[in-house]
Amino acid sequence: MGKYELNKNLAQMLKGGVIMDVTNVEQAKIAEAAGACAVMALERVPSDIRKDGGVARMSDPQMIKAIKNAVSIPVMAKVRIGHFVEAQILEAIGIDYIDESEVLTPADDLYHVDKTQFQVPFVCGCRNLGEALRRIGEGASMIRTKGEAGTGNVVEAVRHMRQLNNDIHQVQAAPAEALMTLAKEMGAPYDLVKFVHENGKLPVVNFAAGGIATPADAALMMQLGCEGVFVGSGIFKSGDPAKRARAIVLATTYYNDPVKLAELSENLGEPMSGLEISKLENKYAERGW
Amino acid sequence: MKKIGILGFQGAIIEHERQIEALGHEPVIVRYPEQLDVIDAIILPGGESTTMGKLLNRTGLMAPLREKIIGGLPVWGTCAGMILLAKELVNDSVTHLGVMNIAVRRNAYGSQIDSFSTKQVIPAVSSKEIELVFIRAPYITKVENGVKVLCEVDGHVVAAEEGNMLVTSFHPELTEDLTFLKYFISKIK
Repeated sequence: MGKYELNKNLAQMLKGGVIMDVTNVEQAKIAEAAGACAVMALERVPSDIRKDGGVARMSDPQMIKAIKNAVSIPVMAKVRIGHFVEAQILEAIGIDYIDESEVLTPADDLYHVDKTQFQVPFVCGCRNLGEALRRIGEGASMIRTKGEAGTGNVVEAVRHMRQLNNDIHQVQAAPAEALMTLAKEMGAPYDLVKFVHENGKLPVVNFAAGGIATPADAALMMQLGCEGVFVGSGIFKSGDPAKRARAIVLATTYYNDPVKLAELSENLGEPMSGLEISKLENKYAERGW
Repeated sequence: MKKIGILGFQGAIIEHERQIEALGHEPVIVRYPEQLDVIDAIILPGGESTTMGKLLNRTGLMAPLREKIIGGLPVWGTCAGMILLAKELVNDSVTHLGVMNIAVRRNAYGSQIDSFSTKQVIPAVSSKEIELVFIRAPYITKVENGVKVLCEVDGHVVAAEEGNMLVTSFHPELTEDLTFLKYFISKIK
């Protein structure tokens, strides 16, 4: 079994779990105690990146290492789209997963990182099937729908998940002779389009991301067919992060049990304040192609 | 046909489900205590042991599951499942079900970059080679009385059994090979 298979396998172990953005050791410990299946180490959560503006880059390796030492669950970290040297640096410090992320300011407006050149696994964002398959073609071993990070507004996450599902259904239902045309239209590798046609799903695990702020949001994304969720600003920008984190973890497991979800949603304190998508200055989901 | 439970919180659940179905048995995704009464055996899948340990406590499954296992319910822990069953964790102060006489080191091989696969014959299970897939895997550092070692890789114990309890550091459910699952099912009375 090759490295790429093993990297896809790690994503399989994360399924049904919640991956939480954390900015320091204390938050990482809260996330682990709440039952996160992994943490994403970064200097600022997306809602602060949005507020502060400027260029957002890979986090300080020292801060990432401190988080790695503080928890036993896998630690992920973000690199800018196309910034393969940031990726080399994260690989050198033994990170478990790299997120080539539109939340950071892109470093290359033509190319994403050639992920086949790395031993360490990558997760990448997508808005539709073509984008997902392009990233997988470049070597991503996990996909997440982009949503719109740092907004606390789940509408874009839902849009991207529905689009992905619709695209998969279309490819699955298409006659075999239509696949090359679909590959051309979607800008996706033919062999991967063929895989989706035959299997009715992506060849890697898919999580939802970008705007999930409540247990109900997490369960919504799970019912729409994702295999786990990323929660960024939604936890540590809320009134009671530990409690909300625990509730979102349970909601991701019991996503089909409304009675349990009702129980979990009670008395969680203030959620993060949300943003209207139409009023955003920057749509992160439009970064990358 | 046996009803084989899979602890259904998080991790490689569907992979076990497919293999159980492939052998003509019925998988049951266990998320509620009352489901423990209808199953003939249970698999604790790979995933994050801290996540599963915490959910066992929060959902009220920890005590009844422990009782069932002590009472003889056949259980197979893969990777994280091995950690849940161990009486001692070398690099963690918290144990979970704590029913099997083994000491286990979590993430024993390092980060994801150190994940690997290899092939080996496990004589007690089958005479043919089985692919062993290790993902951020644990291994057993100490076995006490009553525990039978089934497999060692590079001098580390990676599979063992004790009565109704079976543990593997590796993930047979990530391969096409059903040998290990057949072996586990053969332990159900």
